[in-house]
Amino acid sequence: MMKRDECFRVLARHITDQAVVATYSSAVDWVEIAPRVLNYTSIGAMGLDSSHGLGLALGRPDKRVVVLQGDGSLLMNLGSLVTIAAVAPKNLVHLVAQNETYEANGSHPIPSPKVDFAGLARAAGYAAVYDFADLGIFTQQVAHVLEQDGPVFATLHIEPSKPLTYDYPSLYDPAKRKAFKAAWRARGG
Amino acid sequence: MNTREVSAAATSGVLSGGLIIGAIKTSGIKYVLSVPDITTSSGLLAPIAQDKDLRLIRVCKEDECIGIASALSYCDERALILIQHTGFLDSINAIRGVAVEYKQPICMMVGLLQHDPQLAPRASPRYGVRIMEPILDDMGIAHHLISIDADVAKIQPAIDRAYAESAPVAFLIGRSPT
Repeated sequence: MMKRDECFRVLARHITDQAVVATYSSAVDWVEIAPRVLNYTSIGAMGLDSSHGLGLALGRPDKRVVVLQGDGSLLMNLGSLVTIAAVAPKNLVHLVAQNETYEANGSHPIPSPKVDFAGLARAAGYAAVYDFADLGIFTQQVAHVLEQDGPVFATLHIEPSKPLTYDYPSLYDPAKRKAFKAAWRARGG
Repeated sequence: MNTREVSAAATSGVLSGGLIIGAIKTSGIKYVLSVPDITTSSGLLAPIAQDKDLRLIRVCKEDECIGIASALSYCDERALILIQHTGFLDSINAIRGVAVEYKQPICMMVGLLQHDPQLAPRASPRYGVRIMEPILDDMGIAHHLISIDADVAKIQPAIDRAYAESAPVAFLIGRSPT
């Protein structure tokens, strides 16, 4: 079992010009670790993270997109696994932090802690699937996970974190959406 | 016009799927995001699936379309969501968050399942159809009823406006296109 913030610190070393779609608890940790204009933290409704990621990947096949989704969020949009696998964007990396709780909504458990998200992604048809519960192994493999042809899926088995402060006005700031669009549009011309 | 009446043209008219697809293309739409709807199945979705100028993305559930279309707009790519009114109703929270509160150019073409084109949607005996326009009004989403060929002229200006103003728009398909 890993800690999400430790995982994201390792991930951040490999993030350059990718768009990173992050929401709720993942977004709180991510923007603290890696504040950057190409963070996309406005998704409008829980579960849509993976769908926004697909749209960004489709629209800019010359760029890579990383989705940092929670397990509760993916459960609300499980069909997106099938959609993403069918569209098969090579530039999409889909990471799901599995802490078995709806952390942003009171840390209540998800309906079943036994869900095998990597198995679901594999069955849906993702090009590559990983399951990480050890930070050392994640550290060794993260560069390959991010660089290979996708869609790539990885479950990050993490512990529930310390209580977080959810600054939603900042995460959903329209100025940040505008800045993201300008930056995403500009790169690669 | 009284909400319980529709024009004589609408009661006797036809709706060409080819005309609608032409308007979609003229509007600069590149992606069509869809869950099948029997109203638009043969007249729109089937030919769109064969059209080399449009990329059809088949999704599992309608709210996926809202996220995909929004993200595509960040890439300066235009998308049209082709769904049934039941799917619209199921996606209300995503539409509320993304299209309305974030003011994103979400363009929706919504088949009114089992709607009688001789009636205005607000006068439909079908509850799900009857509430569509009032919901769109309450959410402040521009909407246009597309029931006859003459209505197709509304599509391109409305899509251009949606992208120019970064606002959602809905086209309600009142009869099966042929």
